[in-house]
Amino acid sequence: MSAVLVQTHGLVARYGDAQALFGIDFELHAGELVAIIGANGAGKSTFLKALTGLVGVPRQTVRYADENIGGLRPGEIVRRGLTMVPEGRRLFPSLSVEENLLMGGFAQRPGPWSLVRLYALFPILKDKRRLPATQLSGGQQQMVAIGRALMSNPQVLLCDEISLGLAPIVIKEIYDAMPAITAEGMSVVIVEQDVSVAQRVSQRLYCFQEGRVALAGDSKALTREQISAAYFGD
Amino acid sequence: MVETLLQGVLLGSLYALFALGLSLMFGVMRLTNVAHGDLVVLGAFAAIAIATVLPWHPLAIGAALLVPGFGFGYALQRYLLNGTLGKDPLPSMVVTFGLSIVIQNALLQLFSADPRSLDAGALGIDSVQIGAGIALGTLPLLILIISLACTAALQLLFDRTALGRAFRAVSDDREIAELMGLDASKIYALATAIACALITLAGVLQGMRTTVSPSDGPLLLLFAFEAVIIGGMGSFWGTFVGALILGVVQQIGFHFDPGWGIWFGHLVFLAVLVVRPRGLFPRTH
Repeated sequence: MSAVLVQTHGLVARYGDAQALFGIDFELHAGELVAIIGANGAGKSTFLKALTGLVGVPRQTVRYADENIGGLRPGEIVRRGLTMVPEGRRLFPSLSVEENLLMGGFAQRPGPWSLVRLYALFPILKDKRRLPATQLSGGQQQMVAIGRALMSNPQVLLCDEISLGLAPIVIKEIYDAMPAITAEGMSVVIVEQDVSVAQRVSQRLYCFQEGRVALAGDSKALTREQISAAYFGD
Repeated sequence: MVETLLQGVLLGSLYALFALGLSLMFGVMRLTNVAHGDLVVLGAFAAIAIATVLPWHPLAIGAALLVPGFGFGYALQRYLLNGTLGKDPLPSMVVTFGLSIVIQNALLQLFSADPRSLDAGALGIDSVQIGAGIALGTLPLLILIISLACTAALQLLFDRTALGRAFRAVSDDREIAELMGLDASKIYALATAIACALITLAGVLQGMRTTVSPSDGPLLLLFAFEAVIIGGMGSFWGTFVGALILGVVQQIGFHFDPGWGIWFGHLVFLAVLVVRPRGLFPRTH
């Protein structure tokens, strides 16, 4: 097994007035694709937000590339190479497709990803680069959101519900792009509602339940029964 | 009638300079700067104070004040106004209202309540003959050109540059912009810095064209606000056109009776609010 890139130990976080995470132990290895599943309110999104600095957590609870990064500002974390495709895409509506992608490159980390590389990965975006991002279809908007995150040349890409509200064929198209993304040595964490998609594309899988890890293991080795028991609780 | 319209356009172009900064600050951070008009007056008095010790032309003083104006705006936003921003618009309004009172009273202490002006020399009295017995002042024409140039420059900055992209991004979604690595507090400070440079320029030109007194601020704020609302929040050109409409309407009012101009302006402002509450050129998305 390759080196541990991201590690949380006993991660506790609040979201608004409510406690959302109650001690998450999590590991992501270099070059790995890990899926997080769980019911609504299980703390999946809060967990990704805690990793990227959008939710404040104690410094020593998130470790990334031999450094404690918990509670750093999002800009400091993205400059270290950890970024997120946020839930609901959250493209900038006043910006064109290309401007959205350029915003993603604001941190100016060196690396393989550029507009040219992205347009090769998602050719449709090149044709629509001058359009306001919100005029694209849902699937194309999701490509922009993923592309925007890639433009920061991350080492770790966190994807929050990228298949939500998309047609199955579009979901397949987006996940088919994943090998090209991980081929660059990038590690990926996906939060996914669809358990079978999560199991198919990931190497390891965590199931969250009410802010705790209910199940963790090799995606292909876990059985349906184990997953549904962890998903719905006892 | 033609002359009234032309004079209205010239008056409106000065209002456009008042309004651009307000439009920029509201557009980028949804901040309603109640002290906007008082900052215009402060800029004018800064130039008046300098003119008493330096024998420069007011335009040169105005140009020299752009840099301190920019710096003042940056510091104002970074160290005072950023702390008032949030979902609730009230704190920023209360703080800028307080700032308005501070500026008015400080100017009253320093300069008394007397109206003052900047001596523009020959520029202040020259005019250009444009046929049919109509003559337009050289200074108001110069103000129109400056106003056009500032509107065009600000629109280009907003639409075509990396800084403009950052302005639009933090305005759309501050949290996600910060996730990309932007420091919103610095972007906001730059927006207010640019607004304050424009405010300083507007103040100096106002001081050259007419008189200023420490209590003028609220009325200037009202003109700027009306121009922004009439134009809609879609673009700086919208603000510019809104200001021209306000200027023309006021001038028509003045034509009938010297007491009617400002009142006519308010009527048109209210009419636009009733008929097109989002202004004449609203944001399309």
